[in-house]
Parts: sequence; C-alpha cells; structure tokens
Amino acid sequence: MTMLKPVLVSMLLIAGSASALAASEDDYKAAYAAAEAANKEAAGLRNQWTTTASTLAAAKKSADAGDFDKATASAKEAEALAKASIFQATSEKTRWKNMEIR
Amino acid sequence: MRLESAIPFASAALALAVLAFAAPAPAADTVDPVKDAKAFQKFFTDKFPKVKLNDFVNGPYSMNEDLHRQWEEKEQFPPYEFSLEAGREMFTKPFKNGKSYEDCFPNKGIGIRQNYPYFDEKEGKVVTLELALNRCREANGEPAFSYVKDEMAALTAYMAFTSRGKPMDIKIPNDPRALEAYEKGKEYFYTRRGQLNFSCATCHVQSPGERIRAEVLAPALGILNAMPIYRSEWSGMGTTSRRFTTCNSQIRGVPLTPQDDEYRNVEYYLSYVSNGLPISGPGARP
Repeated sequence: MTMLKPVLVSMLLIAGSASALAASEDDYKAAYAAAEAANKEAAGLRNQWTTTASTLAAAKKSADAGDFDKATASAKEAEALAKASIFQATSEKTRWKNMEIR
Repeated sequence: MRLESAIPFASAALALAVLAFAAPAPAADTVDPVKDAKAFQKFFTDKFPKVKLNDFVNGPYSMNEDLHRQWEEKEQFPPYEFSLEAGREMFTKPFKNGKSYEDCFPNKGIGIRQNYPYFDEKEGKVVTLELALNRCREANGEPAFSYVKDEMAALTAYMAFTSRGKPMDIKIPNDPRALEAYEKGKEYFYTRRGQLNFSCATCHVQSPGERIRAEVLAPALGILNAMPIYRSEWSGMGTTSRRFTTCNSQIRGVPLTPQDDEYRNVEYYLSYVSNGLPISGPGARP
C-alpha cells in the first residue's frame, strides 16, 4: 500500500489538473452568462465598452467551433472587461468633478 | 459609567470630532453657468494667449500655423460647398403637404442657428437643431433623417451658414430642469468612459493642440460653433451627432443612440460655455 500511495496521489493530481484545463460546454455557458449579466449592468449605467462586446462575440465564435477552453477564457475576459466598465461608471459619478474647469 | 468603559467611548468621540474638523465640509455644489462659462473661456485664453477668442471656433486650425494656412487655402474652394448647396435646396423645397422647414422655425429658419440647442420648458428637455429638424419633418408627414448622415448635415450646414458670424446665444431659463440638464451635460463632458478611460475633456480640455496620431486635437471652446463639418478623415460631412458617437467609439465606448438625453445635455452645456463666440459652421476639418 505504501508503494501504491505515490502512484495514487499522482493519478489524482493528473486527473485534477486535466479537469482544470479542459473546460466543458457547461463551464462556457456559465462564464458567458456571467459576462452577459455584467455587461447588461454596464448598459444600465450607460457605459458599455466596445471591447466587451467583441470579446463576447469571440467567445461565442470559439464555442460554435467547439473550442470550449478558448470560449470560456474569452467569456471570463469579457466579464472582467464588463466589471471594469461598471467600476469606471460608478467611480466617475463623483470623480468627474476633479477634471472640471473652475 | 465605569472609568474603563468611559475611556474608549471618549476616545471614539474625540476621533469623530477630529475627523469632523479635519475634513472640511465640501462647498455646496451650486450650479452657476455664468461663472462656469467665464472660467471655461479663461482657461483656454490663458492656455493659448496668442489665439484670439473668436478664433477658437476654427478648432485645430487655431492651434497650428501651418494648418491655419492650409485652411485659408481650403476655404477658397471649401469641401462643404456641395453639402451647403444641397441643404439650401432641401430647406426651401416644400414637403408633400406643401409646407416646408421654413414653417417650423422662427424667422423662417434663417439666422437662428446660434439659439440651438434650447431648453423646451413644455417638454422639460433640451431640443437640438437636428432634433427640431426631424420633428419638423415628422410633423409634416415626412420620415425622419438619420442623425449621422448627409441629409441632416446638409440641412444644418445651410442653417449654420445663415448664422455665420452671429455669436452663440444659448439661454438657460429659470427652470430647475434646465439647470439640471446643463449640469448633467457638464457631468457627461467630464466623465471618463470607454476602455481607454477618456472623457471629452481628456482630449479637448487637457490636450488641445496636441497630436493624437496624425490629428491635431481641437479645443472644446467653440467646438460646436463650426458644426456640421466636412472631415477629410470621413471623406464627407458629419453632424454633431456623428461627432459625439464617433468620439465614444474611438475611446472604445459603445455609443448611445443619437439624440439620447446625454448627448442633448452635453450639447447644451458645451454650447452654453461657448456663448459669445461666432458661429463658423459649416466647417472643414482634417
């Protein structure tokens, strides 16, 4: 058993890392939905970024081609962009005054 | 109260008192358009002491001597001339119902460009010239024109031409909604947006006269007095709506719909702070 232990551990590690690398369609769908929701929030703040839209489109294109790793990565990037646009819109609600000519 | 519990309480109260005194209450943010316009114009005349106040309406040409010379030559055969002629013809041609644009505007639409945009107290919103033109069309059974295309540019080019040299004269009526629209326009002007994190002011207040790639940035002062413009970069005419929406997409922001409240308000603000400067439209830009 003691000899088998390292083998089992490495098998588990390999299995774990493989599942972390290969994204499934479900992973993509979840990431895409999160990105879309964040972008919708940015729209409500009247501050969407063009790059969020193009990254979302790239995610969809990769998913249509069956590359869910790439699709999930793009969807996550789109979510990060959308969240940055939300942060920008929120912080600018008061920060714009710093730039005003007085 | 026992001494041990009274000490933290007292120190908390002291800390609060110190904070209250350390952070002076911000001055009440009263909206004062007259003061704003004065400060706005002073900013540009201080920054460019050699440029005459009325010359700011010539945008990048006022910032650069070489460009100014090129522009003077260009004005011999101005590239907006075709649009201007088309606008003149369109403006006087009757609609299907026999009426024309002349029936929709004071003084038959001649020499009134400097009064737009105005605050419509009935509607409670800012009305721009482009919006008024499309409303005129719709009221007379004609379809609205695109706000970013040639027909609208031609009409506004003609109307601007009839007002050339007249000082911009935007009024803010004694109506809190008008003041709010002005303030919202100001907020839009200074708010950073898009992935590049630029506001209108980033280019047109902080960097006029500087180059952004091959273009020389225009000063915000008087920037709308020259609208609409023929842009060599566009190989065609552009309305104020086209200018606003392309500015947004250039900084990687998704543009709003032309004539949305934000654009109407920013036009109101920007025109007001340029009061007194002459209408120079239609203009030509590199």
